Amino acid sequence: MYRMRLPPWLLLLLPAFVILLAVVAIPLVLSFYSSFTAFQLTRPETITKWIGTFNYQKAMGDANFWAAFGRTVLLLTVALNLEMLLGLGLALMVAKVTRGQRLLRTMMMFPMMFSPILVGFQFKFIFNDNVGLLNNALQSLGLTDVAIPWLVDGSLAFFAIVFAEVWTSTSVFAILILAGLFAIPQDPVEAARVDGCTPWQTFRYVTLPFLMPFIYIAMAIRSLDVARAYDIVQVMTAGGPARRTELLWTLIGRTGYVDARMGYANAMGYIAILLSIVFTVYFFRKLTTARTSLGMGD
Amino acid sequence: MADVVLRDVVKNYGALPVVHAINLDIAHGEFVVLVGPSGCGKSTTLRMIAGLEAISGGTVRIGDRVVNDLPPRDRNISMVFQNYALYPHMSVRENLGFSLHIAKRPKAEIDKAVAEAAEILSLTPLLDRKPGQLSGGQRQRVAMGRAIVRHPDVFLFDEPLSNLDAKLRTQMRVEIKRLHQKVGTTIIYVTHDQIEAITLADRIVIMRDGHIVQIGTPLEVFERPVNAFVATFIGSPPMNLLPATVAGGALRLADGSTIPMPPGLSVRDGQAVHFGVRADNIMPEGHSMPPTAHMAHVEMPVTLTEPLGTETLLFATLAGTEVQAKMLNPRPVRTGEVLRFGIALDKCHLFDATTGASLRV
Ligand SMILES: Nc1ncnc2c1ncn2[C@@H]1O[C@H](COP(=O)(O)OP(=O)(O)O)[C@@H](O)[C@H]1O
Ligand SMILES: [Mg+2]
Repeated sequence: MYRMRLPPWLLLLLPAFVILLAVVAIPLVLSFYSSFTAFQLTRPETITKWIGTFNYQKAMGDANFWAAFGRTVLLLTVALNLEMLLGLGLALMVAKVTRGQRLLRTMMMFPMMFSPILVGFQFKFIFNDNVGLLNNALQSLGLTDVAIPWLVDGSLAFFAIVFAEVWTSTSVFAILILAGLFAIPQDPVEAARVDGCTPWQTFRYVTLPFLMPFIYIAMAIRSLDVARAYDIVQVMTAGGPARRTELLWTLIGRTGYVDARMGYANAMGYIAILLSIVFTVYFFRKLTTARTSLGMGD
Repeated sequence: MADVVLRDVVKNYGALPVVHAINLDIAHGEFVVLVGPSGCGKSTTLRMIAGLEAISGGTVRIGDRVVNDLPPRDRNISMVFQNYALYPHMSVRENLGFSLHIAKRPKAEIDKAVAEAAEILSLTPLLDRKPGQLSGGQRQRVAMGRAIVRHPDVFLFDEPLSNLDAKLRTQMRVEIKRLHQKVGTTIIYVTHDQIEAITLADRIVIMRDGHIVQIGTPLEVFERPVNAFVATFIGSPPMNLLPATVAGGALRLADGSTIPMPPGLSVRDGQAVHFGVRADNIMPEGHSMPPTAHMAHVEMPVTLTEPLGTETLLFATLAGTEVQAKMLNPRPVRTGEVLRFGIALDKCHLFDATTGASLRV
């Protein structure tokens, strides 16, 4: 009887290899390859039409692409900083609570429990200029008598999207910073109080440096999140009107699936991924620096 | 510099009292050590003086100010913590200068004060290191340096040496004493180690279960302990305590044998007592026992010996109780060997068997 003789280690690793190959490697190679072709979803045979770096060159010169790129970076910067400040404030307040803190911590997580699609619809409704909650409230209070075009005006729509992002994800910062607050050794904090620090100075010079690693971890997680922002924006404005809220991935999604130009979409996707990598590397660098300065492992 | 006065100071955690109305007067420039077993309320007392714990009752005065409601930063105190409590993200230089920086002193003054403190504590070569790059002893010196740069009214130490190894502890003890001689600031020092207390203190405050049991100079608490607790807590090895009964002007031990009554005691016939004698006052005959007027003699079998070089600690049995005695100019002793011991009765103590109180007058 013939039996195939595979070494046991290979045999045992084989399922993992196969799955990784099917799920990660093949799509990765295929999409990367297709970014060098004129691949169109509606004409499958075009995947063999090699056009070299044409898609990349096109993206480099595409004003719409760079506008979306810039807007994504802006969203990332604004949303992350706002979330950090709000999350820090929230965590500091929750840390002071002695009774019912568990409940508060759970409640803080609520926004993360909803599907971003639903959050998008919810805010689309809230910011709707005719029937929206916000305009209704403003008008009932007599603060304005016009229908403010929240999702139509470029800056207002950007604000609305930032608002939705911040509402959903501030708790990522709050939870991580709260964990940091619990992990802070009490001794240096007490030493600072004895050394003459006011509560603000204690926070500024002792507590905050201890929190920085936690803040950078949250930043790294959230920068990946925001750099691939799609769902909330797609639902609220779909990048419109007239590309006023276009982000990288709404643009890429439309190019690939609506215009069916998958080769070009993939090329833009790879450039967009570079952005994520840059941010991740940046925040991990900051994290390492912060940890080293605290004398925590190398 | 300032004196520190505690009047009926109480600390409760919820309904649980941990410090019971203690009174303590500490003079300008005095080195006072709070000592007692773990959990007796030493740290709590110190932290109330520092302002890190709220005071539940009574008053704490530093200098001419009642500080009960002042935050730590307004009390002009420095504190050295058991775990050093250095700022890990700051260099040694920044750690030392931090309090002055916070007080917005001019840079030149800060540099000068830091250099001075670093010189006193031999930290000059380490100024640019981070705490993570220092050994335990060096960290402790930085913590002390941080305390002295401010020239506070009072230094507070909470078990500063208990994380160091034995050799370093002895060395740092000397440095702390030297520091006190140099700066002359009032020091309140907490430890559970009675040797540290005796070697450092001008006055020792012995605490137990949130009460002050005795206050006195090291010699006073060593020679005249107010009760059996202090007698066994202070001194190494701990004082031997033998159950006995007062019978016709003598002490009857558990096995019925008697020894003469030590002088200077107030007892009544039939009273149940503990007879207390330190190892230094019970020695085998012929081994340099200092002569005294009141001597008693007992014979005891030796069960264990512990040679310490210049002397040997002998474990022996007297009336069913294990007793530790000292042999000066030691010679080898066999286990089971019966030796004749002299007891210096005028150095001995009696404690009431029920209250533990000393019966010395
Ligand atoms: N935050 C606290 N809550 C309740 N009990 C405490 C607290 N801190 C200390 N205690 C109790 O107070 C007593 C004295 O503690 P402490 O002053 O730290 O003792 P030590 O003499 O060892 O320094 C201990 O029995 C301890 O359990
Ligand atoms: Mg303590």
